[in-house]
Amino acid sequence: MNTSALILMISTWSIVTCLTIYFFVKVLKAPMRQEPDSYLDNDPK
Amino acid sequence: MSTKLKTSDIKTEHWGSRVGLVLAMAGNAVGFGNFLRFPVQAVQNGGGAFIIPYLVSLVLLGFPLLMIEWTAGRYGGRFGHHSTPFILHSLNKKAIWKYVGVFGLFSNLAIAAYYCYMESWTMSYIFHSIKGTFNHLDQHGVASFFDSYVDIGHSTTGIPFEALVFYILCLALNVWILSKGLAGGIEKAAKIMVPVLIFFGIFLAIRGITLKGGEQHAIMDGLAGLNFLWTPQYDSLTNPRVWLAAAGQIFFTLSVGMGSIQCYASYLRQRDDIAVNAMSAGFMNEFVEIVLGSSIIIPISVGYLGIDKVIDLVGLGGLGLAFRTMPFLFEQWGPIFSALTGTAFFGLLFFAGITSSLAMGTPIMGFLKDEYNWSNKKSAITFGLITLGLGLPTVLFFQQGVFDEYDYWSGTVALFVFAMLESILFAWFFGYKRGWKEFIDGADMRIPVIFKYILGFVTPVILILVFLASLLRPAGDDWSKISFKGWELHPESIIGQLTYKGITENRESFAMAFYSETTGTLDTVYTLRGKHYIRIVPDGKGPEFAKSYVFNPEKHTLTVKVGEHILKGQKLYDGFVINRIFYIKMARLILVGLFLGLSIMVWYAYRKRKRENTI
Repeated sequence: MNTSALILMISTWSIVTCLTIYFFVKVLKAPMRQEPDSYLDNDPK
Repeated sequence: MSTKLKTSDIKTEHWGSRVGLVLAMAGNAVGFGNFLRFPVQAVQNGGGAFIIPYLVSLVLLGFPLLMIEWTAGRYGGRFGHHSTPFILHSLNKKAIWKYVGVFGLFSNLAIAAYYCYMESWTMSYIFHSIKGTFNHLDQHGVASFFDSYVDIGHSTTGIPFEALVFYILCLALNVWILSKGLAGGIEKAAKIMVPVLIFFGIFLAIRGITLKGGEQHAIMDGLAGLNFLWTPQYDSLTNPRVWLAAAGQIFFTLSVGMGSIQCYASYLRQRDDIAVNAMSAGFMNEFVEIVLGSSIIIPISVGYLGIDKVIDLVGLGGLGLAFRTMPFLFEQWGPIFSALTGTAFFGLLFFAGITSSLAMGTPIMGFLKDEYNWSNKKSAITFGLITLGLGLPTVLFFQQGVFDEYDYWSGTVALFVFAMLESILFAWFFGYKRGWKEFIDGADMRIPVIFKYILGFVTPVILILVFLASLLRPAGDDWSKISFKGWELHPESIIGQLTYKGITENRESFAMAFYSETTGTLDTVYTLRGKHYIRIVPDGKGPEFAKSYVFNPEKHTLTVKVGEHILKGQKLYDGFVINRIFYIKMARLILVGLFLGLSIMVWYAYRKRKRENTI
């Protein structure tokens, strides 16, 4: 691959992949809120 | 005593989990376009340089529209509304916005009608990949397979009306999942399908990138394909066409302007986060599009066909590349591996498609449940039946252009118009400051405040400009021709389409003669599956670009001979003929009828709510 294509591709892929992981981890790690919230998984058993 | 609903009185369905919501939203956004449209757009619009207008459009149009739609949805949900006519009504009480909201029902129904047909192709292609139908077919054979598949009268499996059977099966699967409700159906499906889709995508991307020239009949490395796609042609950035293409791609990829995001978000409560959810679902879609989407069809096609041929083939679009070419390329990897990759590729497209079509069903169901108190099952079946009714013309008259017509008006123009109007409503009627406050309410992260002003001024203005540019796009995309004296319009501009500018020959619905729409050589007159064709190969092109015209020897008399050089507009045969323009007009009539019908339903629902004092 030529240098400009390689730089453009790798930088774009890196930014997009890092942000995808960052936001998804943020969703996974977000603490459950007090009821009532929007999610059935958090309903009192 | 007033019976007006309070927010606390409203009982609605809920999402099972936050991850489920994000995956369902990402599944809604990820569709065929991520794998088939994005790489083709990049190749045609400056290669790697395309990513610059693409990312600019993402920041100035994509993210703000996501913010608007998530916010509007959560806000409307507070008042028990789960479809755009009444979600928009909750933002501003002027009657017009309810009818603007009709676009959010119209687009979903019309797009689902032809989108489910494409989904059904992928189901059929998975079946044929496993069965080994494509083994030993040459490239022309694989392309012809697709033509025979969409020719409704012919069967590739022995099942009569095969394309129709797969279509109905696919619709039935959508209806079944939708009838299970939000958490029990859509969310469960997304939790399985989105990870499987990403797994298939990674598998195929690795296969594409590691393809070695000289091995398994490949003529080039897969990396040559990546090089071809990513090499930037910076001079293309001065062409407005490239910027319009990037803005268009952002629309398709994020599924904005449809009404499905608002519907999904309407099941959230006021204090639940939407900022991180929106960004997470949005970036998941971008990962699938930019990283996986660029690493599959172009590297594999270039590896086997070479760059020149791929340049020609991308002119036929991503769908052609996927269904008319890819099975032949997979075949080069031997029967077992080709079955595996064929299943992975069409499975990937199927999961991408169905997670989107499920999102298209939800606003319609939301409307029927809210306004008529229907159950999930009843509203899902109704959605299926309406979609079937609308979709039958696309199945039966696919080759006559009905499919393309639905795609243009509902899948392109309606999305732009709706997104433009909802951004105007949000920024200038609901108020961008109030809108911003709503958006950040409950947010799990700080969003740069610059977006408040982008939402308020930049996004609506850009959308108005993009709409005007699409309306008045000049011929040949030569923007220097624009002047107060007027200019020739592009056939694909909105006005060009309205006036059938792209159809230069056979402009009457019914005629007593048929004229060639291509200049080239009449190389053969042949019979295939009981139909008779005249084939014209365009000048300077190979037979894969040939245009075939059907004729009936019992009713038509040929006026040309094999080997003759045919000019565009030259008579091919005499006799009664129903032209393509008739089917195009029929498709437009159906779409106008759908919009009017939905508007009447919204008017009726509004009257009912007023009577019952619930609005």
